[in-house]
Amino acid sequence: MTPDDGVADGALTWNGLSPKLRTLRRWEVVAAWLGSLVVAIPTAAALGSTVTAAVSAGGVTGLSLIADVIVGRRFRAWGYAERAEDLLVRRGVMFRRTSVIPYGRMQYLQVTAGPLERAFGLATVQMHTAAAASDARIPGLASPEAARLRDQLASFGEAQAMGL
Amino acid sequence: MSEPELPPAELPSPDAHLQAGLGGTWQRLHPLSPIVRAGRGLIAIAFVLLFAAVPRGSGAGGGAFQSALSHIVVVVVVFLVALVSWLVTRWRVRDGVLQVETGLIRRTSERLPLTQVQAIDTVRPGLARVFGLTELRIRMASGHGRAGRLAYLTSSEAEVLRAQLLAMSRGLHEATPEPLATTLLAVPAERLWISQLLSGLGLVVLLGVAIIVALVVISPGAAAAASGALVLYLLVAVSILFSRFSRYYGLTVARAEDGLRLRSGLIQTSAETLPLARIQAIRLVEPVAWRITGWCRLEVDIASQRSKGRQDRVEGKAARALLPVGTRTEAAFLLDAIFPGVTKERIRPPRRAVWKSPLRYSHLSWGFDDGYAVTTSGRLRGVTDWVPLAKIQSIRWVQGPVQRKLRLASIHLDTAGRRVHAVLRDRDASEAVRLMDELPKWCRVARLRTDGMDRPH
Repeated sequence: MTPDDGVADGALTWNGLSPKLRTLRRWEVVAAWLGSLVVAIPTAAALGSTVTAAVSAGGVTGLSLIADVIVGRRFRAWGYAERAEDLLVRRGVMFRRTSVIPYGRMQYLQVTAGPLERAFGLATVQMHTAAAASDARIPGLASPEAARLRDQLASFGEAQAMGL
Repeated sequence: MSEPELPPAELPSPDAHLQAGLGGTWQRLHPLSPIVRAGRGLIAIAFVLLFAAVPRGSGAGGGAFQSALSHIVVVVVVFLVALVSWLVTRWRVRDGVLQVETGLIRRTSERLPLTQVQAIDTVRPGLARVFGLTELRIRMASGHGRAGRLAYLTSSEAEVLRAQLLAMSRGLHEATPEPLATTLLAVPAERLWISQLLSGLGLVVLLGVAIIVALVVISPGAAAAASGALVLYLLVAVSILFSRFSRYYGLTVARAEDGLRLRSGLIQTSAETLPLARIQAIRLVEPVAWRITGWCRLEVDIASQRSKGRQDRVEGKAARALLPVGTRTEAAFLLDAIFPGVTKERIRPPRRAVWKSPLRYSHLSWGFDDGYAVTTSGRLRGVTDWVPLAKIQSIRWVQGPVQRKLRLASIHLDTAGRRVHAVLRDRDASEAVRLMDELPKWCRVARLRTDGMDRPH
């Protein structure tokens, strides 16, 4: 049996994202659900009867529950691990991806936090290499953890920097 | 007779002007620059003028004159813009930094430290050749692949300045001559145009011509009616083919100490240097139609991040074709000159990969040694990518749902190039896991070795 993230290193500890991101994602689903209800119920009621309205409300709710499950699986699929010389980032449920990015390849670090993320005390850390395809983005880190990771990556990157 | 008398017109001799610039005094570019810069626009407008004037020549005189006048106004405006741009552009070299200032309203000042100069290319558009002018493009090692431009200098000045800047960039004395280059190969013109006809677009053109000819033979009346739009499309396609042909016309590849020299061009000629250390990946493409002739194309990808600058447009669209068309032997020869001693061994993916990539399967394989990784892929055309392990920026393991069912996984090797990126497609999952463990180590070893050899200066 091969590991589902392409890395066979039992000693490796994967860090997950902040549970607050899970909450944020759930609120996003809830907002979408409420929004769809506001549109769906009056439309269904106007076009058909109370039954259609109830059925469509049920459908929207069901879809939202499924969406929440998917969002939860995607949330759990995220992980990152700092090794001595490189950073590992994994993600994805259907298409699973694991990236290995040597610290020395780091061109610059980016920490971003949008308004929603800020409200939940979250931040996204992204490590940019010279390759556009590199995929070293870690969303939804609690702000102190994001700051720690940023400083850590920056110091590793500086110590191991190399030319193109 | 002490000194030959110089005619007064030559008093500010080109060399004195150059030396002053190198000595730290601001210098303008060649006074004919605005004409060359505006040139393309002027030629286009001249065509429009012709088309506008011809049909109306017989009819309404006043209208034609007015429209001609408006065109002339456009011409004057284009020229004035170019003139102002020339007036406000100046350059000098001071303390080992080439400074270029330009812009009237948004003033930009570029400082190009000569120690970081990667290469200096010369470009001579058709109109510039008429006036004997040359543009210098100074490519920097750092930054976002931006190039400083000096457009235009007289060709002799440009050669002198290029050699001196390059010498200064290596910390040598200004007068040190450029290192000699040995020619590796040249692309014959007839092979170039045949290969263009056998390209995808070329085949479409041939088909279009065949249709028109067939129509003319069957019923000339229908042909005249149907072929109007077709002819227009064909003209556009032919002009694209011609521009490719003219870009690579007379291409020679030479090898010098600082990299590969590429010279090519029919109307616009250019001389570029590809620094070997800067090459991130090489791709060999074997289009289906070229199988008849046994040709292939060799492309290189160099490190420079996407720039929106218009001067890099040509370079930015596609990887640079090092060999636009050549035999396999020639490609192998060039490859060996750039990546010496790459492995010929290939490992095939497991048989069950045929279910995931039925079309690609016959092409899929990969190989490696301590310096390079090579992957092959392609559905119809064959594509082979070579990536130096020392240039790999990150490694990605990807497994889709179908691959998971078949116990397969792909590994992407990301490099700083724009286009070429090697993929070990549909490998056995356990092999992929092993590679994910080992590849980063090999890359590190390769990097340490090459870093020791040529530290980026």
